[in-house]
Amino acid sequence: MKRIGVVGAGTMGTGVAQLFASGGHEVVLVDVVASALDRAREEIARGVRLMPLLRPAEPRRDPGEVTGRIRFTTDLEELRAADCVVENVTEKWEVKRPLYADLDRICPPGAVLGVNTSAMPITRIASLTGRPADVVGAHFMNPAPLKPTVEVIRGFHTSDGTVERFRALLAGVGKGCVVVGDSPGFVTNRVMMLTVNEAMFLLREGVASAGDVDRLFKECFGHAMGPLETADLIGLDTVLYSLEVLYDDLNESKYRPCPLLRTMVDAGLLGRKSGRGFHSYEEVR
Amino acid sequence: MTDAERETVRAFISRHVHDLKVGDDEDLFATGYVNSLFAVQLVMWIERTFDVPLEGTDLDFANIRSVSAIGAFVDRKREALAGGGGWTST
Repeated sequence: MKRIGVVGAGTMGTGVAQLFASGGHEVVLVDVVASALDRAREEIARGVRLMPLLRPAEPRRDPGEVTGRIRFTTDLEELRAADCVVENVTEKWEVKRPLYADLDRICPPGAVLGVNTSAMPITRIASLTGRPADVVGAHFMNPAPLKPTVEVIRGFHTSDGTVERFRALLAGVGKGCVVVGDSPGFVTNRVMMLTVNEAMFLLREGVASAGDVDRLFKECFGHAMGPLETADLIGLDTVLYSLEVLYDDLNESKYRPCPLLRTMVDAGLLGRKSGRGFHSYEEVR
Repeated sequence: MTDAERETVRAFISRHVHDLKVGDDEDLFATGYVNSLFAVQLVMWIERTFDVPLEGTDLDFANIRSVSAIGAFVDRKREALAGGGGWTST
Protein backbone atom coordinates (compact mmCIF):
# COMPACT_ATOMS: atom_id res chain seq x y z
CA MET A 1 0.00 0.00 0.00
CA LYS A 2 1.70 3.11 -1.24
CA ARG A 3 -0.70 6.03 -0.79
CA ILE A 4 -2.01 6.70 2.67
CA GLY A 5 -4.80 9.13 3.51
CA VAL A 6 -4.90 10.66 6.97
CA VAL A 7 -8.04 12.52 8.01
CA GLY A 8 -7.82 15.01 10.88
CA ALA A 9 -4.68 17.08 11.56
CA GLY A 10 -4.95 17.14 15.35
CA THR A 11 -2.38 15.56 17.63
CA MET A 12 -3.02 11.99 16.47
CA GLY A 13 -3.47 12.67 12.76
CA THR A 14 -0.28 14.72 12.71
CA GLY A 15 1.67 11.91 14.36
CA VAL A 16 0.20 9.28 12.04
CA ALA A 17 1.04 11.39 8.96
CA GLN A 18 4.62 11.80 10.24
CA LEU A 19 4.90 8.05 10.80
CA PHE A 20 3.82 7.04 7.29
CA ALA A 21 5.66 9.84 5.48
CA SER A 22 8.85 8.99 7.38
CA GLY A 23 8.35 5.39 6.28
CA GLY A 24 8.41 6.46 2.63
CA HIS A 25 4.68 6.53 1.88
CA GLU A 26 2.91 9.23 -0.05
CA VAL A 27 0.50 10.82 2.40
CA VAL A 28 -2.55 13.02 1.92
CA LEU A 29 -3.37 14.81 5.18
CA VAL A 30 -6.87 16.30 5.20
CA ASP A 31 -8.43 18.68 7.70
CA VAL A 32 -11.36 21.10 7.43
CA VAL A 33 -9.26 23.84 9.07
CA ALA A 34 -6.35 25.19 7.00
CA SER A 35 -4.52 26.53 10.08
CA ALA A 36 -4.51 23.01 11.56
CA LEU A 37 -2.65 21.85 8.45
CA ASP A 38 -0.07 24.63 8.81
CA ARG A 39 0.48 23.63 12.43
CA ALA A 40 0.74 19.97 11.43
CA ARG A 41 3.43 20.77 8.85
CA GLU A 42 5.49 22.58 11.50
CA GLU A 43 5.02 19.83 14.06
CA ILE A 44 5.99 17.09 11.62
CA ALA A 45 9.14 18.99 10.58
CA ARG A 46 10.04 19.46 14.23
CA GLY A 47 9.24 15.85 15.08
CA VAL A 48 11.46 14.55 12.27
CA ARG A 49 14.29 16.90 13.24
CA LEU A 50 14.22 15.78 16.89
CA MET A 51 13.83 12.07 16.12
CA PRO A 52 17.60 11.34 16.35
CA LEU A 53 17.42 12.36 20.01
CA LEU A 54 14.71 9.81 20.74
CA ARG A 55 15.64 7.04 18.31
CA PRO A 56 19.40 7.34 17.75
CA ALA A 57 19.58 3.98 15.96
CA GLU A 58 17.15 4.98 13.22
CA PRO A 59 18.43 6.64 10.06
CA ARG A 60 18.33 10.43 10.13
CA ARG A 61 15.72 11.92 7.86
CA ASP A 62 15.49 15.34 6.32
CA PRO A 63 12.41 17.21 7.66
CA GLY A 64 11.80 18.88 4.30
CA GLU A 65 11.94 15.56 2.49
CA VAL A 66 9.39 14.01 4.86
CA THR A 67 6.95 16.95 4.72
CA GLY A 68 7.48 16.97 0.95
CA ARG A 69 5.87 13.52 0.78
CA ILE A 70 2.74 14.88 2.45
CA ARG A 71 0.02 16.70 0.57
CA PHE A 72 -1.73 19.03 3.03
CA THR A 73 -5.27 19.74 1.89
CA THR A 74 -8.78 20.70 2.98
CA ASP A 75 -10.29 18.75 0.08
CA LEU A 76 -11.50 15.28 1.10
CA GLU A 77 -11.85 14.34 -2.59
CA GLU A 78 -8.07 14.01 -2.76
CA LEU A 79 -8.43 10.67 -1.00
CA ARG A 80 -9.81 9.09 -4.16
CA ALA A 81 -6.48 7.35 -4.90
CA ALA A 82 -5.68 6.25 -1.34
CA ASP A 83 -4.88 2.59 -0.66
CA CYS A 84 -5.59 3.07 3.04
CA VAL A 85 -7.15 5.89 5.04
CA VAL A 86 -6.62 6.42 8.76
CA GLU A 87 -9.33 8.63 10.24
CA ASN A 88 -8.45 10.66 13.35
CA VAL A 89 -11.24 13.20 13.81
CA THR A 90 -12.90 14.25 17.07
CA GLU A 91 -14.44 11.47 19.15
CA LYS A 92 -18.00 12.54 18.47
CA TRP A 93 -20.55 10.49 16.59
CA GLU A 94 -22.02 13.57 14.91
CA VAL A 95 -18.56 14.38 13.50
CA LYS A 96 -17.67 10.84 12.44
CA ARG A 97 -21.04 9.92 10.91
CA PRO A 98 -21.13 12.31 7.91
CA LEU A 99 -17.42 11.83 7.34
CA TYR A 100 -17.76 8.06 6.84
CA ALA A 101 -20.54 8.59 4.29
CA ASP A 102 -18.08 10.79 2.37
CA LEU A 103 -15.17 8.35 2.77
CA ASP A 104 -17.40 5.54 1.51
CA ARG A 105 -18.21 7.56 -1.62
CA ILE A 106 -14.69 8.89 -2.28
CA CYS A 107 -12.27 6.06 -1.41
CA PRO A 108 -11.53 3.46 -4.07
CA PRO A 109 -13.03 -0.03 -3.69
CA GLY A 110 -10.83 -2.24 -1.53
CA ALA A 111 -9.14 0.63 0.32
CA VAL A 112 -8.62 -0.16 3.98
CA LEU A 113 -10.48 2.26 6.25
CA GLY A 114 -8.68 2.53 9.60
CA VAL A 115 -10.60 4.07 12.48
CA ASN A 116 -8.34 5.76 15.02
CA THR A 117 -10.66 6.13 17.99
CA SER A 118 -10.21 5.91 21.73
CA ALA A 119 -13.54 4.32 22.45
CA MET A 120 -16.11 4.07 19.63
CA PRO A 121 -17.07 0.55 18.57
CA ILE A 122 -15.62 -0.27 15.17
CA THR A 123 -18.66 -2.29 14.12
CA ARG A 124 -20.87 0.76 14.56
CA ILE A 125 -18.52 2.98 12.53
CA ALA A 126 -18.32 0.30 9.83
CA SER A 127 -22.12 0.31 9.58
CA LEU A 128 -21.87 3.86 8.22
CA THR A 129 -20.25 2.47 5.08
CA GLY A 130 -21.28 0.01 2.42
CA ARG A 131 -18.02 -1.89 2.94
CA PRO A 132 -17.83 -2.98 6.59
CA ALA A 133 -15.36 -5.77 5.72
CA ASP A 134 -12.77 -3.10 4.84
CA VAL A 135 -13.07 -1.18 8.12
CA VAL A 136 -10.62 -1.91 10.94
CA GLY A 137 -9.87 -0.23 14.27
CA ALA A 138 -6.45 1.47 14.32
CA HIS A 139 -5.92 2.68 17.86
CA PHE A 140 -2.58 4.50 17.71
CA MET A 141 -1.07 5.73 20.95
CA ASN A 142 0.42 9.19 21.38
CA PRO A 143 3.07 10.06 20.21
CA ALA A 144 2.27 7.87 17.22
CA PRO A 145 5.76 7.91 15.63
CA LEU A 146 7.37 6.71 18.87
CA LYS A 147 5.08 4.02 20.25
CA PRO A 148 6.08 0.54 19.09
CA THR A 149 2.64 -1.08 19.04
CA VAL A 150 -0.85 -0.30 17.76
CA GLU A 151 -4.07 -1.76 19.17
CA VAL A 152 -5.86 -3.12 16.09
CA ILE A 153 -9.56 -3.87 16.45
CA ARG A 154 -11.50 -6.38 14.40
CA GLY A 155 -15.09 -5.24 13.91
CA PHE A 156 -17.93 -7.74 13.45
CA HIS A 157 -17.56 -7.72 9.66
CA THR A 158 -13.83 -6.90 9.35
CA SER A 159 -12.27 -9.44 6.95
CA ASP A 160 -9.09 -11.39 7.65
CA GLY A 161 -7.65 -9.80 4.52
CA THR A 162 -8.23 -6.30 5.88
CA VAL A 163 -6.57 -7.16 9.19
CA GLU A 164 -3.60 -8.71 7.38
CA ARG A 165 -3.17 -5.79 4.98
CA PHE A 166 -3.24 -3.33 7.82
CA ARG A 167 -0.83 -5.43 9.88
CA ALA A 168 1.58 -5.53 6.93
CA LEU A 169 1.29 -1.77 6.45
CA LEU A 170 2.17 -1.20 10.11
CA ALA A 171 5.04 -3.69 9.99
CA GLY A 172 6.45 -1.78 7.02
CA VAL A 173 6.83 1.34 9.17
CA GLY A 174 8.25 -0.57 12.11
CA LYS A 175 5.10 -1.02 14.18
CA GLY A 176 3.82 -4.17 15.77
CA CYS A 177 0.18 -4.68 16.59
CA VAL A 178 -2.08 -6.56 18.96
CA VAL A 179 -5.40 -7.56 17.38
CA VAL A 180 -8.37 -7.53 19.73
CA GLY A 181 -12.13 -7.93 19.45
CA ASP A 182 -14.59 -5.05 19.31
CA SER A 183 -15.88 -3.38 22.44
CA PRO A 184 -16.33 0.26 23.44
CA GLY A 185 -12.86 1.37 24.58
CA PHE A 186 -11.35 -1.95 23.38
CA VAL A 187 -8.81 -3.34 25.85
CA THR A 188 -6.61 -0.32 26.53
CA ASN A 189 -9.21 2.31 27.21
CA ARG A 190 -11.70 0.09 29.03
CA VAL A 191 -8.98 -0.01 31.70
CA MET A 192 -7.11 3.27 31.18
CA MET A 193 -10.16 5.54 31.24
CA LEU A 194 -11.33 4.03 34.54
CA THR A 195 -7.88 4.66 35.99
CA VAL A 196 -7.56 8.27 34.88
CA ASN A 197 -11.15 9.00 35.93
CA GLU A 198 -10.56 7.56 39.42
CA ALA A 199 -7.34 9.58 39.72
CA MET A 200 -9.40 12.70 39.02
CA PHE A 201 -11.89 11.77 41.76
CA LEU A 202 -8.95 11.35 44.19
CA LEU A 203 -7.71 14.81 43.26
CA ARG A 204 -11.20 16.29 43.58
CA GLU A 205 -11.65 14.72 47.02
CA GLY A 206 -8.37 16.22 48.18
CA VAL A 207 -6.78 12.84 48.87
CA ALA A 208 -3.60 13.77 47.01
CA SER A 209 -2.25 16.49 44.74
CA ALA A 210 -1.94 15.89 40.98
CA GLY A 211 1.85 15.76 41.30
CA ASP A 212 1.69 13.20 44.09
CA VAL A 213 -0.84 10.97 42.31
CA ASP A 214 1.43 10.82 39.26
CA ARG A 215 4.57 10.41 41.34
CA LEU A 216 3.15 7.30 43.05
CA PHE A 217 2.52 5.60 39.73
CA LYS A 218 5.95 6.49 38.40
CA GLU A 219 8.07 5.86 41.45
CA CYS A 220 6.16 2.94 42.98
CA PHE A 221 4.89 1.17 39.88
CA GLY A 222 7.63 2.22 37.47
CA HIS A 223 5.16 3.64 34.95
CA ALA A 224 6.64 6.16 32.51
CA MET A 225 3.81 8.56 33.29
CA GLY A 226 1.18 8.93 36.00
CA PRO A 227 -2.57 8.78 35.17
CA LEU A 228 -3.12 12.54 35.28
CA GLU A 229 -0.09 13.20 33.07
CA THR A 230 -1.50 10.55 30.74
CA ALA A 231 -4.86 12.33 30.68
CA ASP A 232 -3.05 15.59 29.86
CA LEU A 233 -1.23 13.85 27.02
CA ILE A 234 -4.39 12.25 25.60
CA GLY A 235 -6.27 15.57 25.85
CA LEU A 236 -8.95 16.08 28.50
CA ASP A 237 -11.66 16.61 25.86
CA THR A 238 -10.81 13.24 24.33
CA VAL A 239 -10.83 11.62 27.78
CA LEU A 240 -14.28 13.10 28.47
CA TYR A 241 -15.72 11.99 25.12
CA SER A 242 -14.27 8.50 25.63
CA LEU A 243 -15.78 8.18 29.10
CA GLU A 244 -19.13 9.34 27.73
CA VAL A 245 -19.01 6.63 25.05
CA LEU A 246 -18.10 3.99 27.64
CA TYR A 247 -20.78 5.20 30.04
CA ASP A 248 -23.50 5.23 27.38
CA ASP A 249 -22.52 2.05 25.60
CA LEU A 250 -21.80 -0.22 28.53
CA ASN A 251 -24.45 1.25 30.83
CA GLU A 252 -21.98 1.02 33.66
CA SER A 253 -22.01 3.75 36.30
CA LYS A 254 -18.32 3.16 36.96
CA TYR A 255 -17.58 5.14 33.79
CA ARG A 256 -19.37 8.29 35.04
CA PRO A 257 -17.02 11.16 34.09
CA CYS A 258 -15.58 12.99 37.10
CA PRO A 259 -17.27 16.42 37.36
CA LEU A 260 -13.82 18.01 37.69
CA LEU A 261 -13.00 16.72 34.19
CA ARG A 262 -16.10 18.34 32.73
CA THR A 263 -15.29 21.64 34.43
CA MET A 264 -11.74 21.60 33.13
CA VAL A 265 -12.88 20.87 29.57
CA ASP A 266 -15.45 23.69 29.79
CA ALA A 267 -12.67 25.98 31.04
CA GLY A 268 -10.47 25.11 28.07
CA LEU A 269 -7.87 23.31 30.17
CA LEU A 270 -7.34 20.43 27.76
CA GLY A 271 -3.86 19.27 28.81
CA ARG A 272 -0.64 19.47 26.83
CA LYS A 273 -2.22 20.66 23.62
CA SER A 274 -3.72 23.76 25.29
CA GLY A 275 -0.73 24.33 27.59
CA ARG A 276 -2.58 23.51 30.80
CA GLY A 277 -4.41 20.56 32.29
CA PHE A 278 -3.62 18.84 35.57
CA HIS A 279 -0.10 20.15 35.03
CA SER A 280 1.18 23.24 33.23
CA TYR A 281 3.02 23.01 29.90
CA GLU A 282 2.83 26.66 28.94
CA GLU A 283 6.53 27.41 29.12
CA VAL A 284 7.55 24.40 27.06
CA ARG A 285 5.21 24.93 24.14
CA MET B 1 27.13 29.94 30.81
CA THR B 2 26.64 32.51 33.56
CA ASP B 3 25.57 31.57 37.07
CA ALA B 4 22.22 33.24 36.45
CA GLU B 5 21.67 31.16 33.31
CA ARG B 6 22.62 28.01 35.15
CA GLU B 7 20.06 28.88 37.79
CA THR B 8 17.46 29.33 35.03
CA VAL B 9 18.23 25.79 33.84
CA ARG B 10 17.96 24.41 37.39
CA ALA B 11 14.65 26.18 37.92
CA PHE B 12 13.20 24.94 34.62
CA ILE B 13 14.12 21.34 35.33
CA SER B 14 13.00 21.57 38.95
CA ARG B 15 9.51 22.66 37.88
CA HIS B 16 9.22 19.51 35.83
CA VAL B 17 10.35 17.06 38.47
CA HIS B 18 7.82 17.99 41.12
CA ASP B 19 10.08 20.68 42.58
CA LEU B 20 12.69 18.14 43.66
CA LYS B 21 16.22 19.47 44.00
CA VAL B 22 18.34 18.04 41.24
CA GLY B 23 22.11 18.07 41.59
CA ASP B 24 24.08 19.71 38.77
CA ASP B 25 25.66 16.43 37.76
CA GLU B 26 22.68 14.22 38.39
CA ASP B 27 21.57 12.24 35.33
CA LEU B 28 18.00 13.36 34.66
CA PHE B 29 17.13 10.42 32.48
CA ALA B 30 18.77 7.67 34.51
CA THR B 31 16.89 8.75 37.63
CA GLY B 32 13.56 8.32 35.85
CA TYR B 33 12.53 11.84 36.83
CA VAL B 34 11.69 12.69 33.24
CA ASN B 35 10.71 10.88 30.05
CA SER B 36 11.43 11.24 26.37
CA LEU B 37 8.68 13.83 25.89
CA PHE B 38 10.48 16.03 28.36
CA ALA B 39 13.71 15.59 26.39
CA VAL B 40 11.99 17.10 23.36
CA GLN B 41 10.62 19.97 25.43
CA LEU B 42 14.00 20.55 27.01
CA VAL B 43 15.72 20.79 23.64
CA MET B 44 13.14 23.28 22.39
CA TRP B 45 13.44 25.30 25.59
CA ILE B 46 17.25 25.39 25.37
CA GLU B 47 17.07 26.59 21.77
CA ARG B 48 14.63 29.34 22.63
CA THR B 49 16.12 30.44 25.94
CA PHE B 50 19.78 30.51 24.91
CA ASP B 51 19.26 31.16 21.22
CA VAL B 52 21.36 28.20 20.11
CA PRO B 53 19.88 26.12 17.29
CA LEU B 54 20.38 22.36 17.74
CA GLU B 55 20.94 20.22 14.71
CA GLY B 56 22.67 17.08 13.52
CA THR B 57 24.95 15.61 16.15
CA ASP B 58 23.82 18.19 18.74
CA LEU B 59 20.68 16.12 19.17
CA ASP B 60 22.21 13.70 21.62
CA PHE B 61 21.10 12.86 25.14
CA ALA B 62 24.67 13.41 26.31
CA ASN B 63 24.22 17.14 25.73
CA ILE B 64 21.12 17.46 27.89
CA ARG B 65 21.71 14.73 30.44
CA SER B 66 22.32 17.04 33.41
CA VAL B 67 22.42 20.71 34.38
CA SER B 68 26.21 20.67 33.96
CA ALA B 69 25.99 18.96 30.57
CA ILE B 70 23.52 21.57 29.34
CA GLY B 71 25.80 24.39 30.58
CA ALA B 72 28.85 22.93 28.85
CA PHE B 73 26.91 22.27 25.69
CA VAL B 74 25.52 25.81 25.47
CA ASP B 75 29.04 27.20 25.99
CA ARG B 76 30.41 25.01 23.18
CA LYS B 77 27.61 26.04 20.84
CA ARG B 78 28.15 29.72 21.58
CA GLU B 79 31.86 29.43 20.91
CA ALA B 80 31.20 27.65 17.63
CA LEU B 81 28.60 30.21 16.59
CA ALA B 82 30.88 33.14 17.47
CA GLY B 83 33.97 31.60 15.93
CA GLY B 84 34.39 29.73 12.69
CA GLY B 85 32.12 29.32 9.75
CA GLY B 86 30.91 32.89 9.45
CA TRP B 87 31.82 35.65 7.03
CA THR B 88 31.67 39.40 7.15
CA SER B 89 30.94 41.78 4.36
CA THR B 90 33.32 44.65 3.78
